[in-house]
Amino acid sequence: MQAYTEKMREIARRLLKECRVETVIGFRKGSMPMMNEPCLVKSIDDVDQLVWDGNCGINLANYLTNRTDKIAVFAKGCDSRNIVTHIIENKIKREQLVIIGVPCKGMIDKRRIRSMAPGEITEVVEDGENVRVRGADFEKSFPRKDMLQSNCAVCIHRNPVIYDELVADLVPEQQNVDRYEDVRAIEAMSPDERWQFFEDLLAPCIRCYACRNACPLCYCPTCFVDESAPQWVGKSQNPVDVRTFHFLRAYHCAGRCTDCGSCERACPMGINMRMFTKKLEKEALDQWGWEAGLSLDQRPPLDWYRPDDPQDFIK
Amino acid sequence: MGVEPGRVHFSWISSAESTKFVDVVKKVTEAVRAVGPNEKYVKKELKVA
Repeated sequence: MQAYTEKMREIARRLLKECRVETVIGFRKGSMPMMNEPCLVKSIDDVDQLVWDGNCGINLANYLTNRTDKIAVFAKGCDSRNIVTHIIENKIKREQLVIIGVPCKGMIDKRRIRSMAPGEITEVVEDGENVRVRGADFEKSFPRKDMLQSNCAVCIHRNPVIYDELVADLVPEQQNVDRYEDVRAIEAMSPDERWQFFEDLLAPCIRCYACRNACPLCYCPTCFVDESAPQWVGKSQNPVDVRTFHFLRAYHCAGRCTDCGSCERACPMGINMRMFTKKLEKEALDQWGWEAGLSLDQRPPLDWYRPDDPQDFIK
Repeated sequence: MGVEPGRVHFSWISSAESTKFVDVVKKVTEAVRAVGPNEKYVKKELKVA
């Protein structure tokens, strides 16, 4: 990971020095372990803030929306697919961007690591295949591959799909991954079981909208939950309002979501709201053979009509 | 999401197809009656003593 960081700083320094970009969007260390934060570097003096490790799970495409400057952005596989989506949806121009591809080995799941540590964690270091966790009176080591975020564990697009430079050689993609085991389990439930499943899933939600704010797809100037005339959804924590927020937000992501996991990562309550978006991702794949953000030349299925679009559900 | 299949219907009816409209409305009403009231999606009022 140190090699990634070094190379990133080198590229960022060069791009800023040559005035090819005004801003570099990357990550810097957060104030707590495993909490790297996105940062905008505008001066060569700040380039050394940039870091890269398994805690850079937040999607940087989120910071490109409607920007007018020239930007270099670091992009994992999922970030790059969301950048493509942003370009397709006219939220940023390709000419403004220098996309620095980051072949990704998966991000680590901070909640799983915290739950497996016997006390408060003060330091987390990744060395190759292992994650070493240190606290005041303990030190543990876990195999990195067992500590991946659940979306990274089933990821099949680790390499950026669009880039101008790379920080390292491309990594092998995971093969024979069953991406939708969890979705199929929910599909197999009866309506009542399913209702209860989502009731339990969303019970801890405090309506903080961290999931929405972390999502690169959620860039509406006024979100439907903030609208008051008309008020589409109640603002309370009544389970009906909570559910309405989550499933409507998910619908807005249909055919656009890349399962980057930013929503789940940002959630302070650890809710796996990806169960909604993943179902829609699976539908887009089953119905139209569509995976979001793989190409600049293809219109997404939901803003394009084709005579062979599936229509069996219309009676 | 836990909404019963009989509750949701999609249909394409031209403004000239009045008889189809009647048929569809009848079918939808029957299907929804069969599933019963959608009580899950009713907000329960807080009980005030």
